[in-house]
Amino acid sequence: MNSSWQRFSRWLKAHLVLIGGLLVIVYMFIPISVVVLMSFNKPDSKLVYKFDAFTLQNWLHPCADPSMCHAVRRSIEIGLLATIVATVLGTLMAFALVRHRFEGRGAANLIIFMPMASPEIVMGSSLLALFVASGFGGQLGFGTILIAHIMFCLSFVVVTVRARLAGLDNNLEQAAMDLYATEAQTFRRITFPLVFPGILGAALLSFSLSFDDFIITNLNAGNTTTFPMYVWGVAQRGVPMQVNVIGTLMFIISIVIVVGAEINRRRQEKALA
Amino acid sequence: MSQVAEAPTRSGVESYEGLRLRSLTKQFAAFTAVKSLDLDVPTGSFFALLGPSGCGKTTTLRMVAGLETPTSGTITLSGKDITWEKPYRRPVNTVFQNYALFPHLDIYENVAFGLRRRKSKEVDKAVREMLDLVELDTQARKKPAQLSGGQQQRVALARALINSPEVLLLDEPLGALDLKLRRAMQIEIKRIQTEVGLTFVHVTHDQEEAMTMADTIAVMNAGVIEQMGAPAELYDNPQTTFVANFLGQSNLIEGTVRGREGDVVKVDMQGTIASIPTERAHVSGTDGELGWVGIRPEKVLIAEVGESLDAPGSSIPGGVVSDVSFVGVSTQYLVRMPWGQEIQVFEQNTGRRRLFRQGESVDISWRPEYSFLLDHNQDATAGVDKEDAAS
Repeated sequence: MNSSWQRFSRWLKAHLVLIGGLLVIVYMFIPISVVVLMSFNKPDSKLVYKFDAFTLQNWLHPCADPSMCHAVRRSIEIGLLATIVATVLGTLMAFALVRHRFEGRGAANLIIFMPMASPEIVMGSSLLALFVASGFGGQLGFGTILIAHIMFCLSFVVVTVRARLAGLDNNLEQAAMDLYATEAQTFRRITFPLVFPGILGAALLSFSLSFDDFIITNLNAGNTTTFPMYVWGVAQRGVPMQVNVIGTLMFIISIVIVVGAEINRRRQEKALA
Repeated sequence: MSQVAEAPTRSGVESYEGLRLRSLTKQFAAFTAVKSLDLDVPTGSFFALLGPSGCGKTTTLRMVAGLETPTSGTITLSGKDITWEKPYRRPVNTVFQNYALFPHLDIYENVAFGLRRRKSKEVDKAVREMLDLVELDTQARKKPAQLSGGQQQRVALARALINSPEVLLLDEPLGALDLKLRRAMQIEIKRIQTEVGLTFVHVTHDQEEAMTMADTIAVMNAGVIEQMGAPAELYDNPQTTFVANFLGQSNLIEGTVRGREGDVVKVDMQGTIASIPTERAHVSGTDGELGWVGIRPEKVLIAEVGESLDAPGSSIPGGVVSDVSFVGVSTQYLVRMPWGQEIQVFEQNTGRRRLFRQGESVDISWRPEYSFLLDHNQDATAGVDKEDAAS
């Protein structure tokens, strides 16, 4: 009896970190598992959040409410466009900030943090004030949302790519040039491949930030409805279960990307060993 | 473009086969890193640029590689002016201080990089041979991070060597390795150089490394070359106090020139007259001129008072042993002389003689032909405290 208790406490000590980690993971995934579960729910009433019966109907007819799918499409369009523009601009900015010494570089490095540090509600309302003051009050919509999203994604891209670039050994490019690579070849063979993980990470971050944003978007949307705005709008009338389908899908896609990247990395490593 | 550069070079350039630097100067804002450097590196030689951190040796190397643009002066290689040539258009390759291996490429691709850029055929055969040469043929598919420091060093060497450059530049290539590995790599690199017969220019702050590997050493200090020559020549007959102190250690004793006599210069050294061969006297030699008499610690003999020594000429009495350190192969003494200076003495542990103890009175002596005479205007402590930090 005594010895088995001792054995258990020894086991506990050895696995304490593991148990703690599992608890944290459970804590983080409970809300997501509810979303997944609810995507298979057939509710009796629109207003009660209760699992009543299992159904595949939500998955088979995700666009039962066409306005929801319309909003999802809007969000994806805005997300992709904002990601592309912000990633390209932000990467160029990061290169300038890391590689070139110019007047006002210190200030630029600091200011780039501002959009990340200021509250979204402040950014959103000041953007709205700007749009209205400059005479675009009547044209709020897709364009203004896109401008806003590019703006707040930019800082994240710059910060992510800059960190990657700063960690890049300058000597590598010199070594490439020493080994007969022209400036263009050096960029293609050395600089870009080494910075690429940072750029990819920045792009993924941008897309999820854009897809997710409610506060700034809501203030500058005009008549356009994005997915988060749709969910907010229907929340009072009862959220259709298809929203959970979209949520689950987004979750699965991000898991696939992360796991895919990890498998790819491991496979490369194994090939080397 | 500069008249200064043209005048002295035009005549000799076409005929010179090796690497030639003429009035090469590099200024960074207010700081002049390299001051009007003239240097000839013959084809096939192992040449070392030796000096402390910040002496301009790495800057010189980087100008030859094309990674730094000279402020003025010219660089020619086999008679061709490459001063303004892009780094990728020079038949010159570099082994970088921290290797600068491409982390995302495997060892094979790192080594093949230069050949692929030049669209060389038979890349595979050349890479295999090169990996064989540096004994890394089994590691071809590993990434640089999976190799040890010594292996990475060999990859860096292979990656540069495979291009058969006219000049291979080595920038403190062994600085990151531990002592034992460094010794092994010194011999290894020297072997490879002999085997491939290319011109190697090696930058280092480690005088032992330079002496082990190079056939010619240029000692650099504060942007200028102090002295150049074969290792033994530099060591035995330094021309400046900096070289005397930086390359090994020296005792420098103040003396007054008492005229020439045949092929020696007589110097009154604290009451003892020393005869220094003219070719080792780097002073004007006028009567009454002050100078530094230099002698290497291992050339100084130590003996009991009155004992006869195998060194006619400069026996100096009145020394007292002030410090003894026994290091196995030799014993290092500090002997305080009557005029207050402490003289370093290294005595080989031949087993023939006993150790002297601290406080004992001794005579010291040396053969005058081993000593040298330096200009008194130079700082006797120049180059003494050599830093091991890499520049």
